[in-house]
Amino acid sequence: MSSTNAKHPELSAIFNKDEARVDWHDETLWWIRQKRDKAAWSVPEWEELRNTASAIKNNVLSNLHNYLIEFEKNAIANGVTVHWAADAKEHNEIVHAILQQNKVSQIVKSKSMLTEECGLNDYLAKNNVEVIDTDLGERIVQLAGEHPSHIVLPCIHWKKEEIGELFHKHLNTPKGNADPQFLTAAARIHLREKFLTRKVAITGVNFAVAETGEFVVSTNEGNADMGAHLADVHIACMGIEKIIPQRKHLGVFLRLLSRSATGQPITTYSSHFKKPNAHQAMHIILVDNGRTVQLGRESFRNSLKCIRCAACFNTCPVYRRSGGFSYNAVIAGPIGSILSPNLDMKKHADLPFASTLCGSCTNVCPVKIDIHNQLYLWRQEITKQGYSPKMKTAAMKVMAVALSKPALFTIGGKAARWVVKHLPFLVNNRLNPWYKQRDLPTAPKQSFTEWYKQNRHEQ
Amino acid sequence: MNVGLFIPCYVNQFYPQVGIATLELLEKFGCKVGFPTKQTCCGQPMANSGYEVMGASCNELFTEIFAGYDYVVCPSGSCTLHIKDHLHSEKNEAAATTIRKTVYELAEFLVDVLKVEKIEASFPYRVGVHQSCHGQRGLHTSQMSELVAAPFSKMDVLLKQVKGIELMKLDRVDECCGFGGTFCIVEESISAKMGKDRVADHERNQVQVITGGDMSCLMHMEGILKRKKSNVVIKHIAEILNSEM
Repeated sequence: MSSTNAKHPELSAIFNKDEARVDWHDETLWWIRQKRDKAAWSVPEWEELRNTASAIKNNVLSNLHNYLIEFEKNAIANGVTVHWAADAKEHNEIVHAILQQNKVSQIVKSKSMLTEECGLNDYLAKNNVEVIDTDLGERIVQLAGEHPSHIVLPCIHWKKEEIGELFHKHLNTPKGNADPQFLTAAARIHLREKFLTRKVAITGVNFAVAETGEFVVSTNEGNADMGAHLADVHIACMGIEKIIPQRKHLGVFLRLLSRSATGQPITTYSSHFKKPNAHQAMHIILVDNGRTVQLGRESFRNSLKCIRCAACFNTCPVYRRSGGFSYNAVIAGPIGSILSPNLDMKKHADLPFASTLCGSCTNVCPVKIDIHNQLYLWRQEITKQGYSPKMKTAAMKVMAVALSKPALFTIGGKAARWVVKHLPFLVNNRLNPWYKQRDLPTAPKQSFTEWYKQNRHEQ
Repeated sequence: MNVGLFIPCYVNQFYPQVGIATLELLEKFGCKVGFPTKQTCCGQPMANSGYEVMGASCNELFTEIFAGYDYVVCPSGSCTLHIKDHLHSEKNEAAATTIRKTVYELAEFLVDVLKVEKIEASFPYRVGVHQSCHGQRGLHTSQMSELVAAPFSKMDVLLKQVKGIELMKLDRVDECCGFGGTFCIVEESISAKMGKDRVADHERNQVQVITGGDMSCLMHMEGILKRKKSNVVIKHIAEILNSEM
């Protein structure tokens, strides 16, 4: 996430200056969408699974308080220290306090969008703590001084040749070597030393089971396990909506998660963490950070069902062509566009409009969040709260009047057709965004109403 | 049956031939068609821009002029969906409720209500079908590629009855064209890029004519086609179904 105030249309226009790169980005993500389709079709009861997952999550949201208390009780009984953080600041302070207690200033961290949301890396850097992201994609964006552009594929905007250059600069790999296998091996060597020497490891949480107090972390690289097992202290950071009631429900979500995300039947590692090993400590931080506010918004509460698979990113025709950074938010894509306005409506007022409302996101969502409906409703909410541009409000008022008065509509329509026909330079110019890359329709001599009155009236 | 013909505002002004084809087609199949000439717009442009509240007067007008018909039929999935989802009236909510239930997009009306099985039309061209998102995903006029479910397409059911037509397969069967209402202006760069990509898919697959149930998508793609001086043209499905033998 950059600190720019630029909005989605401007940032997308910048991304679109290099059309070949847009095509590459689009095709890469479309390929993942196709892999997802193939994986989904391999499960005949796919739609039933989605219904079940959605129902479980709805139950969780309606009983969140009880499940959280149950989870806390069981986790404590397992020997885990449980912390509660109302917001990002509290979360970061809790992490920092644990590090200070353990006199640690260097840590490893596996993938966690929550810590991105809380700005943990920047916070710890300011407090002289070095964080090494151990997920390969996250390490790449970290070395580049960036943030993830995609929640599952953090460096999807990087080409392998560019990663080769980056590794040459930071990890001393030979210049010009862009072989993925070689670069992965180089990263492995680089990270192995960090794993062996860091005393504290942070992980995210994919699912936390209220019934048992355990949590599950899904990775393809095993980096969460490597970090957590080698460190003296394991800190797991989770949003409070990650709770599921019982262990048996995991099967539903694990079958959906990676099929939706990457088209794999399951992630390479689905690691269950329940109690600390001897001589180790385990902490869980339960973070609200706006989630209870969203829970209170009737139209938007079910956005909290999200399991962060990013299927909606991969299918979104806008995301594929605008890139993750065009959203200027920690979580980009369609789901980010309905989550971000909850955190800062003014800053993210552009995001619900960064969509054609095509609805593909809603259809791929494994937990059936009605994303495109929520985008529509956020548009209404943003206007109601006064965050729409004033020019737009003025234009809409004129439009609303013209379109509700038959006489004005007739005159306006006639005028528009007359202009297109006789004064085309008034509309066919650079000031008209339509005309920049598209021609206008040719103006017919009659409207349908005029034709009808002439040919069919009084029939 | 009494059918109220609802012609979208921009179709009325810029594509009257689509209105004429729709009217003639409905009459061919025995409908008594009325066209309330006071009609303007469904109010979607305001609503999708976040100003649904400003659509109230459009709603009142719409309810007033379309009350009493057995069905309201429209050659646009998008406008139909908007009415279905958002039409309300302070003056006559009962009429608005009826309209929400009896409003149909043209292809779904022909297939589901009239159950058309024989169309006397000829169109000897290679045709690519553009699924408008609101028709497809909103009204379920065809199966959506995201779902694990049996395929169907109401537009294909109709087009396959047309003599000489060759329906071409696309690489991406139901990707959005990027029109999106005011999106096409506010997000010009993405909208145009999506349109270019959609058109390229049809061109790559030897399509001569792109058809669909929504003139807005087709207008957007026509703008792209004309700019690149392509030989591919657009035709609303009503025009193809109403073409001469």
